[in-house]
Parts: sequence; structure tokens; C-alpha cells
Amino acid sequence: MFAGTTMLLAAAAEAAEKVAESGALPPESVGLPQLNTHHFAPQLFWLVLTFVTLLFVMWKIALPRVADVLEERRDRIKRDLDAASRLKGDTDKALADYEKALADARSNASGIAKDTREKLAAETETERHRVDDQIAAKLREADKRIAATKSKATSAIGDIATDTARAVVEKLIGQNVSSDDVKKVLRPVAGE
Amino acid sequence: MEQFEIRKLWDLNFLGHDISFTNSSLMMIVALVLISGFMIYAMSARSLVPTRIQSLAEIVYEYVAGMVKENLGEEGMKFFPWVFTIFIFILVLNVIGLIPGNFTVTSHIIVTFALAAMVWLTATFIGFWKHGFGYLKLFVPSGVPFWLMPVIVPIELISYFIRPISHSVRLFANMMAGHTMLKVFAGFAVMLPWWGKIAPAGFMVAFTGLELLVAFLQALIFTVLTCIYLNDAVNMHH
Amino acid sequence: MELAAAKMIGAGLACSALIGAGVGIGNIFGNYLSGAMRNPSAAPGQFTNLLIGFALAEATGLFGLLIALIILYG
Repeated sequence: MFAGTTMLLAAAAEAAEKVAESGALPPESVGLPQLNTHHFAPQLFWLVLTFVTLLFVMWKIALPRVADVLEERRDRIKRDLDAASRLKGDTDKALADYEKALADARSNASGIAKDTREKLAAETETERHRVDDQIAAKLREADKRIAATKSKATSAIGDIATDTARAVVEKLIGQNVSSDDVKKVLRPVAGE
Repeated sequence: MEQFEIRKLWDLNFLGHDISFTNSSLMMIVALVLISGFMIYAMSARSLVPTRIQSLAEIVYEYVAGMVKENLGEEGMKFFPWVFTIFIFILVLNVIGLIPGNFTVTSHIIVTFALAAMVWLTATFIGFWKHGFGYLKLFVPSGVPFWLMPVIVPIELISYFIRPISHSVRLFANMMAGHTMLKVFAGFAVMLPWWGKIAPAGFMVAFTGLELLVAFLQALIFTVLTCIYLNDAVNMHH
Repeated sequence: MELAAAKMIGAGLACSALIGAGVGIGNIFGNYLSGAMRNPSAAPGQFTNLLIGFALAEATGLFGLLIALIILYG
């Protein structure tokens, strides 16, 4: 910076001496060119011309194109995202359906198994009842038969006893005794 | 200082006014052609997946659009083409002026002042058009005690009227100082013997990099301040 | 020649505006760095503001340099 300023100062001194030598200020050669008012008008004119042209070109031609492309890209991305989210929803729904079907099948299967079990159990039960009844009937019949046989046997014992007793009496007294009499006598003995 | 000298390339006169085609006008035309050509060529494909040059144009567009939206809000986008033109025009003029031998249009106070005056007049006009005389409330900041008004109001007024000057001189001074600096060091490189030339030459390379940054930054700042001044006029929350 | 000498002195004095610009730029970058050290994740978002602050501070100093140039050559 210091060196630069020195350089500037040297240049300035030179310029100042030149001015001092010539004694007059030529309008276009001395001083900052930026402050030379002669050049203001053409610069302003061309600035306005180029700026307005550029503004027009940008406004009407260039920028709408960029805006269109950006808009289109934004739309496209939005559309794609929408489609993706829609597809994802579909997938989720399909997955949920599948899960539901699976659960239904499971519960169906278990229901069927339960029904079958219950049905089989009921069948077994009725069969068992039937068999039990049959057995009971047979038992009752057998009991009946046994009782009949027993009573027949008992009555046979009475007859035998009566016959025996009559035979014994005939032998003893030599007289025929009616079986009714013998029975009459024997009944209290037999405990009837 | 001859790098700032205006040279007439073609004498023109319009109703007695001097409108000669100068080296300054030439650079403006070059910038105009470069910008228009770039924007139109870059967008000629209008492809959904941008090419490099198209994405460059889109980056510039979105950068300025972001700046306008940030400062002016969504309804400020109607000023967008104007702000965009200011930004890219100044940027390109600054950058092509850095090429050795080229003239830097923005190193002339009349050019920057004309741009700044355009911004200031536009902002003032929009302010009065939108808010009527209520725009004068801009000079009476809210929340300031009453007895401070005689001090605050003149300060606000002066700062408002000095805006085009500071706005233009900022750009002009940056451009001019940078180029003068480069000129000074180029002078050193010429004056020194051969074994000493490398130091100022290396400095010039580094300094040109800094000047490139400054060229971009000053275009950016000019645009940001344009947005801020417009925001004062449009939204008026001071 | 007194006028020329006075111009030189005035130009030199006008360049002292760059002191303020130097202090200001140093301040901006220093504060940015200390802020960036505390919260590195927020630093890139403020880089644009840093550059704007840098350019605004630099421009203020350049106003002085401009005055110096005008004094010398104007």
C-alpha cells in the first residue's frame, strides 16, 4: 500500500509539473477521466440504450424460458412424487389386504378345526350313550333272566321239597297224602 | 489513469447532443450481446435435465430470484426481471473489465450514478404511488421518543437522499481502486530489473483473483441494496 | 508549488479512511471466525452475509481512497 501510494504520488507530481509547465488545463487530458463532463452524455445515452434493450430481452425472452423450464421441472418432480406416493399407498393397501386374508384364513382354519373337534366329540358322545344304553338294556335283560331263573329254581325247590316230604310221609304212615296238604304243612316251615 | 480514458471510436451526433460510440459503449454492447447470447443459447434446449450451460443460467436465475424473494417477498417477483437485469449487467461489465486491455464501464461514476439514480427514483416513485403521502412516515421511525424527532427526522432524510450517492460511489470506487491498484503494481513490474519482476507480477495474479471476487460481490451488493431500497418502498416496515 | 504539496498531504490524509476499513474488515472476519468456531454448523449459512459485510466495510474505506485520487488527479 505504502509503495503503491508512493507510486501514485510520483505520477501525480509528474502530472502537476506538466500542468505547471503548460500553464493551462487542456479539457481532456488532465484530471480523472471519470470526472470529465464531456463524456457524460454519450455514456448515458449508450447506457440507457443497452440497459433498456437488455431489460427487454431478459423480460420478454430469456427469463420466461428459464421460468418455464423450472416450473416444468417442479411440476414433473411433484407429479413423480405424487405417483410414487400413490403407488406406495397401493402397495400398502395390497399388503394390508394380504395380511387380512392371511389372518382370515388362519381364523377360518382354527374355526374349522374347532368345529370338527366339537362334532367328533359330539358323535363320540352319542355313540357312547347308545352303547351305554345297549349295555344297560342287556344288563337289565340279564338281570330279568337271572331273576326268572332264580324264582323258577326257588319254586322248583318247593315242589321237590313237597314231593320229597309226601314220599317220606307215605313211607312213614303208608297212606297217600295229597300234595296240597303237604304244601299246607310245609308253608310255615318254608317261611312263606 | 489512461485505462479509464474514454476514446471515441465513431463520432455521432443527435440533435446537437454528443452520442459518440466510444470504447465504453463498445463494452456495453459486448456485455449486452454476451448476456443475451448466453441466456438464450443456454435455454435453447429447454431440457428437463439441464446441460452444464443451462444449469449455469438456472443457477443465476434462482440466485437472484432467491434474493428478491428473501427481501421483497413473493409479490416482489414482479420486479424480478428488472433486478435480474441490473445484477447480470453490472456483473458482466465488472468481470469483462478485468480482462487486461478492456475498459471497465462501471469504473465511471456517471454510469453507476445513473443506475443508482434509476433505482432510487423507482423506489421513491413506487413508495409514493403505493402509500401516497404515508410514504413520508419512512422518515419518522416508530418507537422513537418524541423529543428525539428533531434529530432523527433530518438524519433519516439525509440518509435517504444520500442513498443514490453512496450506492453509486460504492461500486465506482471499488472498481476504480482495484484497477488503479493493478496498474500501480504493473508499473512496478515494468520498472524493476528482471530479477525483481516476479514479486509484483505474483501479487498481481493474486490481486486479480481478489478483484474477481470484488467484481462479483459489488454486483451482488448493488443488487441486494436495490432490493432493500425497493422493500422500504413496497412494504414500508421501517 | 504549495498547492501541489498541500494536495499531496491532503491525499495522504484522505487515505487514513482506510484505517477504519481495515479495522472494520478485521472485525467482521474475526467475529465471523469466533462465531464459526462456536457453532460450525451454522457458519456456511452466514457466508454470504460475511461477504456482504466485507464489501460494505471495504467500500466505506474506498470512499476515502476515492477522495485521495480526486485530490491528486481531479
